[in-house]
Amino acid sequence: MNLTTSLVVAPLVAAFLVLMVPGNFRVVTRGIALLGGLVTLLLGVAVFVRFDPSGPQYQMESLVPWVSSSSFRLGLHLGVDGVGASMLLVTALVGFSAIAVSWNIERQSKLFYILLLVMLGGALGTFASLDLFFFYFFNELALVPTFIMIGVWGTGEDKDYAAFKITLYLTAGALVALAGLIGLYTLSGASSLDLVELQRHLAKTPLSPSVQAFLFPCLLLGFGTLVGLWPFHSWAPQGYGCAPSATAMMHAGILKKAGLLALLRVALPLMPQGVERWMPVLALLCVGNLLWCGFTAMRQRDLNLLVGHSSLAHMGFAFLGIASVSVVGLTGTVLVMVSHALLAALSFAVTGWLRHHVGTLDMDKMGGLLRRMPFIGTVMVMCFMAGCGLPGFGNFAGEATVMFGAWKSAPWIVVIAAWGGLIIGGVYMLRSIRSVLHGALPEEWGAVSDAAGAWRRLPFALMAGGLLFLGVFPSTVTRRVQPALAKVVEQARPAAAKAAATGAGLVNSPKLAGTPGDR
Amino acid sequence: MNSSLIIVEILVALLGLGVLLADLWLPVERRRLLGWVAAAGVAVVFFVGMKDAAEVAYAFAAPGAKTGMYVLDGLAVFFKQFFLLAALLVILMTTEYAPKLGSGVSEFYSLVLFALLGMLFAASANDLVLLFAALELITITFVVLNSFRRDQTASIEAGVKYLILGATASAFMVFGMALVFGAAGTTNFNEMAAVQKAMGGSPIFLAGLVMVLAGLFFKMSLVPFQAWAPDVYQGSPAPATAFLAVGSKAAGVVLLLRLLFGAVPEIAARWQHVLGGLAALTILYGSLCAIPQRSIKRLLGYSSIANAGYLLLGVVAMSKAGASGVLFYVSGYLFTVLAAFTVVSVILARTESDDLSSLNGLSQRSPALAGALAVAMASLAGVPPMAGFVGKFLLLKPMVPLAAADPFLACVLVAALVGVVISMYYYFGIVRAAYWGQGVADLTPIPTSWAVRVALLIGVAGILWLGILPDALIQASTPAVEVLKPQAPVAQQHSGDR
Repeated sequence: MNLTTSLVVAPLVAAFLVLMVPGNFRVVTRGIALLGGLVTLLLGVAVFVRFDPSGPQYQMESLVPWVSSSSFRLGLHLGVDGVGASMLLVTALVGFSAIAVSWNIERQSKLFYILLLVMLGGALGTFASLDLFFFYFFNELALVPTFIMIGVWGTGEDKDYAAFKITLYLTAGALVALAGLIGLYTLSGASSLDLVELQRHLAKTPLSPSVQAFLFPCLLLGFGTLVGLWPFHSWAPQGYGCAPSATAMMHAGILKKAGLLALLRVALPLMPQGVERWMPVLALLCVGNLLWCGFTAMRQRDLNLLVGHSSLAHMGFAFLGIASVSVVGLTGTVLVMVSHALLAALSFAVTGWLRHHVGTLDMDKMGGLLRRMPFIGTVMVMCFMAGCGLPGFGNFAGEATVMFGAWKSAPWIVVIAAWGGLIIGGVYMLRSIRSVLHGALPEEWGAVSDAAGAWRRLPFALMAGGLLFLGVFPSTVTRRVQPALAKVVEQARPAAAKAAATGAGLVNSPKLAGTPGDR
Repeated sequence: MNSSLIIVEILVALLGLGVLLADLWLPVERRRLLGWVAAAGVAVVFFVGMKDAAEVAYAFAAPGAKTGMYVLDGLAVFFKQFFLLAALLVILMTTEYAPKLGSGVSEFYSLVLFALLGMLFAASANDLVLLFAALELITITFVVLNSFRRDQTASIEAGVKYLILGATASAFMVFGMALVFGAAGTTNFNEMAAVQKAMGGSPIFLAGLVMVLAGLFFKMSLVPFQAWAPDVYQGSPAPATAFLAVGSKAAGVVLLLRLLFGAVPEIAARWQHVLGGLAALTILYGSLCAIPQRSIKRLLGYSSIANAGYLLLGVVAMSKAGASGVLFYVSGYLFTVLAAFTVVSVILARTESDDLSSLNGLSQRSPALAGALAVAMASLAGVPPMAGFVGKFLLLKPMVPLAAADPFLACVLVAALVGVVISMYYYFGIVRAAYWGQGVADLTPIPTSWAVRVALLIGVAGILWLGILPDALIQASTPAVEVLKPQAPVAQQHSGDR
């Protein structure tokens, strides 16, 4: 079994082991889950480090035939390119942290860890799949766990509604995308959903414009819904608001990015005419994410809902990078994906801590908590600052790169993005820091406690450290993703391949790669 | 006639009679044993009696004729195994439910075996006459099975409804057969296939065919012959409902495949849009009506209507890929529905109401039952890595290229996708009740017997097996549909016969 396969299998094995332990051995179940998470994290680091940017496009591949009847065949094809390797690492990191912050789950904890590990396995499988059927398969695998986790361990009066809404919305989006994928399988004539085979086949016989006109919107809107593309976004804040923090971390941080990866890997390179026709639409819709979700975030009084809305606003940058169809813009998108995964997970870890210890997330009732919780408070300031695009964090690197990349094709939207991301984001992020952490400390919370001990602090430190690292050394990621993205742009814009080549030079130059961190 | 061809049927008939006779000598307190005997007998037939059909063989043939009433081919063997497995699981489920049935448990077992006999014949029917005889055997045994709880009005009502509506459907069917025979001069499927070109323009033949189809649609509970299903599902004893949902529906499916793709493929191809429209209506009707249900069995009744629509979708594709998708889907459905009904019958054996709220707290009372129920519901909803997901994928896959070429079929496909999303709501509603239903009064653990554990283990293992390693069954279902000759409609001939 090669590295990628073991990475995907590790959490699923851990889930099976937890299943075998009797439910009242709580320490053992948590121990196995943590160990499984740790092994996953180490494997994720190994995959990321061993990925060689100058090597072939996909590395550490494995192919297991799955269905091979005469009429139809599919194979479990796992492997990574630079984007996959980066996402796998961050998934493993968030997964481990999500297990680590779940120490306060007491009711039916065995079931909780099984579901969480299955979710983690599904997320890793999604990012490691080079076969689109399995991409869908693994992505949906995380759906039932999400539903049950929100229902059983969720909080809030309308958690039922939220659980159903997130499930139905994601299913609807995924099904639209699935129709597109099946269409790709049959109408392309490739009779395969293997990405490598599809690319090879379509390079020789491109899809006809009418087929692209049918398939591209299916993929764009289907996968877009999974990411929370405006106006199909309303499932996200509510679902995250009610979910237990580990679920919200995994979903907002990781699973949401699967749709972006699919757009990058499938929609852009395989359907150039669809790109030409639909990318302006995507650019307009992402304004919805940037402004609409930013403004709604401003109005929230519940910290979880605020974080949920702001994470949708950040997705606007990711979409903008995709809509630019330039190497710089797409590199920015990947940077946003990776750093936002850490940011969203960290934010929900912090709000989970606050909810557990303070008992409410209503910002009107909170205040002065920094005095009682210097560590958690500092982490919260860090991640909210990262959220409004403070240089030094990964998000700034990503967002700035996106804006550089998109300037040529959509200058006005870049202006809106800069304004929306920095001003609107600044308003609600800073306001919430003030109302939660500063000011007078209400008496009832005189005794709330901070994260004490290295063990409790570890997950927060890991994620915050990741954000800082990305802000200072974004080139660790950009170096790995750039060859894959150059290829995507080449396929998506055959005419503009030349312009893309100059863009690729820009990323390679030390100027841009170093700039975001230096400032 | 070579009687070794129908050895499976003979064995099952003997087993049914044996159970009935044994009842006379066994003391009352040991009758529960009969369930184990019946289950063991079916298991023996399943493992020993079934042989792969090396070549197509006919029984009940006129002397010198090349074809016969009864055919043993890949498709027949596939469905015979299916029915034997279904009966085995239903009998295991019944041993748990038996105390509720009161006196006459052994008749229940033998009736299940006789219904099984009808299904086994249905799997091999190559003639309208045998088709009718097999269906009547199924219908009449189910009338008794459905009304088996004589102490309950709902159960009697279910039996009477099934009797009257079933008899009406049968009457239509016989009339249709008479018309078909009058026009074509034969009731044999192979001979009908030879004359279908000439018969395609005969209104009498077509009218007869429509009436026969109406009878089959009744069995499968397809719109517009679906109205009986919810009432009957709700009133019948849980094991009878389960057998009705799986066995009776699958008998309708195999007969439909044989009739449409074996006897009259050219005419079937002309009806693609009608069948597609019916599939879409069935899916939407079943899904929409399931939303407000509070009774678990009634909800599953509507869900079975919706699932019949998905099965018809595989027929609408008019291709072998669609037909083998039907076989896969119905196999996954077998494990899924039986796992679900096993859980339901365990719970119903303890409470009188089958309201959704009786599931509340199940995850604390018995994590295993709750887990099995969640797996079954996820499979019904079509979530990977369950059998239902692969099944839906295989059914939808041949539809997508058709939908790209034909706006009407595109609407059918959209209806099917909408149905999936709606079904998610009510299936997950059951999961919700089991995991975080409100107002739990009773938290005593639910003990489970060995029979139930075996049945659940087979069900859940089957769901996961078909969902994670579907290749074996796909490989098996591909040769099984070789005997069928679906034809693509003329306008879409270019899309080929896949």
